[in-house]
Amino acid sequence: MNTPHPGLRRRGFLAVAAVGGIGLAGLGGAGCSPGTGTGTETRSGAARKGGRLRVAFAGGGAAETLDPHLGNLFADAARAKALFDKLADYGPDLTARPRLAERWEASAGLDRWSVTLRDAVFHDGRPVTAEDVLFSYRRIADPKKAFRARASLEPIDLEASRATGPRTVEFRLKRPTAEFPNVLAAFGAYIVPKDTQRFDEPVGSGPFRHVSFAPGRSARFRRNDAYWDGAPHLDELEFVVANEESARVNALLGGQVDYAHELAPTTARAHEGKGRIDIVRLRNSAMQGFVMKTDRPPFDDPRVREAFFLIADRDELVKGALSGAGETGNDLFGKGYAYYAAGLPQRRQDLDRARRLLKEAGAEDLKVTLDTSPVAAGFTEAAGIFRDQAAKAGVTVEVRVGNKDSYWKDILDHGTFASYRSGAMPIESHISQRLLSDSTTNATHWRRKDFDELYRRLQSTKDAQERAGLYERMQRILHSEGGFLVWGFADWIVGTSRRVRGVARDAPANTLDWARFDKVWLA
Amino acid sequence: MSRWIVRRILLGAAQTAAVVLLVFALTEALPGDAAVALAGDDPDPARIAAIREALHLDRPAHERLGEWAAGLLHGDLGVSLASGRPVAAALAEGFGPTLLLAALTLALLIPAGVGLGVLAARREGGPVDRVVSSVTLAVYAVPEFALGVLLVTVLALRLGWLPPTAVGYGTDLLAHPEALVLPVLVLLSRPVCSISRLVRAGMVEALASPYAAHARRYGLSGARVRYAHALPNAVAPAAQQLARTVDWLLCGVIVVEALFVIPGLGTVLMDAVAARDVPVVQGLAVVFGLVAVVLNLAADLVAHRFAPRAGAAA
Repeated sequence: MNTPHPGLRRRGFLAVAAVGGIGLAGLGGAGCSPGTGTGTETRSGAARKGGRLRVAFAGGGAAETLDPHLGNLFADAARAKALFDKLADYGPDLTARPRLAERWEASAGLDRWSVTLRDAVFHDGRPVTAEDVLFSYRRIADPKKAFRARASLEPIDLEASRATGPRTVEFRLKRPTAEFPNVLAAFGAYIVPKDTQRFDEPVGSGPFRHVSFAPGRSARFRRNDAYWDGAPHLDELEFVVANEESARVNALLGGQVDYAHELAPTTARAHEGKGRIDIVRLRNSAMQGFVMKTDRPPFDDPRVREAFFLIADRDELVKGALSGAGETGNDLFGKGYAYYAAGLPQRRQDLDRARRLLKEAGAEDLKVTLDTSPVAAGFTEAAGIFRDQAAKAGVTVEVRVGNKDSYWKDILDHGTFASYRSGAMPIESHISQRLLSDSTTNATHWRRKDFDELYRRLQSTKDAQERAGLYERMQRILHSEGGFLVWGFADWIVGTSRRVRGVARDAPANTLDWARFDKVWLA
Repeated sequence: MSRWIVRRILLGAAQTAAVVLLVFALTEALPGDAAVALAGDDPDPARIAAIREALHLDRPAHERLGEWAAGLLHGDLGVSLASGRPVAAALAEGFGPTLLLAALTLALLIPAGVGLGVLAARREGGPVDRVVSSVTLAVYAVPEFALGVLLVTVLALRLGWLPPTAVGYGTDLLAHPEALVLPVLVLLSRPVCSISRLVRAGMVEALASPYAAHARRYGLSGARVRYAHALPNAVAPAAQQLARTVDWLLCGVIVVEALFVIPGLGTVLMDAVAARDVPVVQGLAVVFGLVAVVLNLAADLVAHRFAPRAGAAA
């Protein structure tokens, strides 16, 4: 039986994942110091070769997989990143950086993209070819398999796309797509050797080779000396699974692991600067907010939406719900990412104006049910805090706590107001997946012809400057009357033992340098 | 006697079937199915529909239950929705660590519980009795999770005597016995208290009974009266409590496995419920049900053997 089994649980909220290196050229050759880019840890000392790094992630039990197209969990994504490559991956600002693709060129109409592969080989010595790329993408796009990256690859007409040489692929697109490189970097769009169907003994082109894997327990990988981006410093990489945060911290403190993914803000505070372990805060990793359904009362009135924007005291929310481990949001996705409209004025609490707007809208004594769930850290706390803030503006918010395992499905079409969060992805992907009339996960039910048209224009605009202008226009609309009340951006917190070096600090979860163990070494 | 056993076994089978039906009904009643759980934060309706179809979840519940029950009669527990692997294999893998933990706990629980109970009963009202009683009551009041965190913090992280978790050891725990100390301590803590309290009460009562006094008048030694005459009477209720402790112990195992990262049945159950992996949850219900039935049967037999009058009621 070949059923899709993308194991997922509350921690698997990732949207886009990444392998790769910040310095695109420059890196390579064993022994070079990692990260020529900014933000990479710069503790002194040259990289040392050897040793085994043990990393702890939350997992998904028997549902975990080494099939890179199936993975949904952070653990799956990190393992896939160690074994496989994508054509491109995201830098800290969520722009696509070439990986297996050496370069890409668009046709004048932006609907044909020619991608040239670099000289890379799979673990078994076969070269990575255009045929492998086409096979991988066709596998992902198989409508029967429901792979997660399928939606991202949707712009590609795979029937018409073809290999124009051993290392060149010509992608035919269904429509002009200026941001096509984002597709190449999409979460789960890994390149596997042609005709691979089973992943018991996975063969990839990534920095590590498979040794052993027990779902829900551990995975062991060995250095790939022939890696095109330079062999990893480590001899071995071992993944262990510990679902409880306390277990991950204890294992780290007790020296049983060297790297613990996803720690709580309180844990970070307790151990930061105390000398036992190092705390790495990956900024801007998760957007935190509420969604208002813009197609139904009371939020079909833009004045009510604006009133809610004005009710939120964002600093209090960040402090209370994220224990301070985050930054203030401005009702827009993607703070710190490319094309983010950073010039828009920061919205602040203004209860008088909120009350006035509600009165104008005839929504005094408003009662709203806020759906939330313990599906993500800080959700129920944020809901409680917002309820109290709303009460000051005369709005009664009733908090309803839902089931965490079906939460995302439950809030997609039901209710009016709900807790929400999102992992890192380019602003363009956020728009195309959630804010177009035909978007599949449009939780705010934002459906506007003029907005769709702006997106279409954006995708047919070759000039980056002009595109930036369109991004800004779209974000202005969202800022003034959208359905996303974005109050903050949470840090992703990672703990490492004192002897771990080379962990990138400027890498939102799911970008190129996040969980990138080929550039890490043990001092 | 044998007819009584047959009746008990039949009752146990019925209980197991009832548990399975109940579990099936409850899992069906949970909002969302495996497809929704698998889709997670990417609830693209088309994707959910495709997953649902691939898992055959689009078929009515009674058909799925019927098919599953038919497989069960052939000893086939079905296939996991999350991993596509046979349920029996998943359970077999998780069974080892859990069985090891339970066996170690029980092996230590019986002597420790009985010993403490007898000790306290012998010194009834004295300082030893009072210390044992107050300590057992105090420990009993601490939830396993809190106790586990406390023990890890002190014994593993501060003093460094023991490893804080069993992470990375997989199912081969016997190769790392030091990793088992803390989990077993946490599992032991509360049942030791309840068993020793029961043994103490039973012993106190038995020692004060006319037949103990009678035995003493015959000139039997104090030890003989205690261990040959009083203890069996005190053990009977404790044996039944021991069996009842097992389902509670399974809950404890879930907590302990999560805390110490031991890949046993508790972990399998947590993952299966989160993934709405109904066949695995059902398989676990059968296993847990059978274990409970067998243990209760054994307890009743023990009670029957040691104190026939008490056992007759069962």
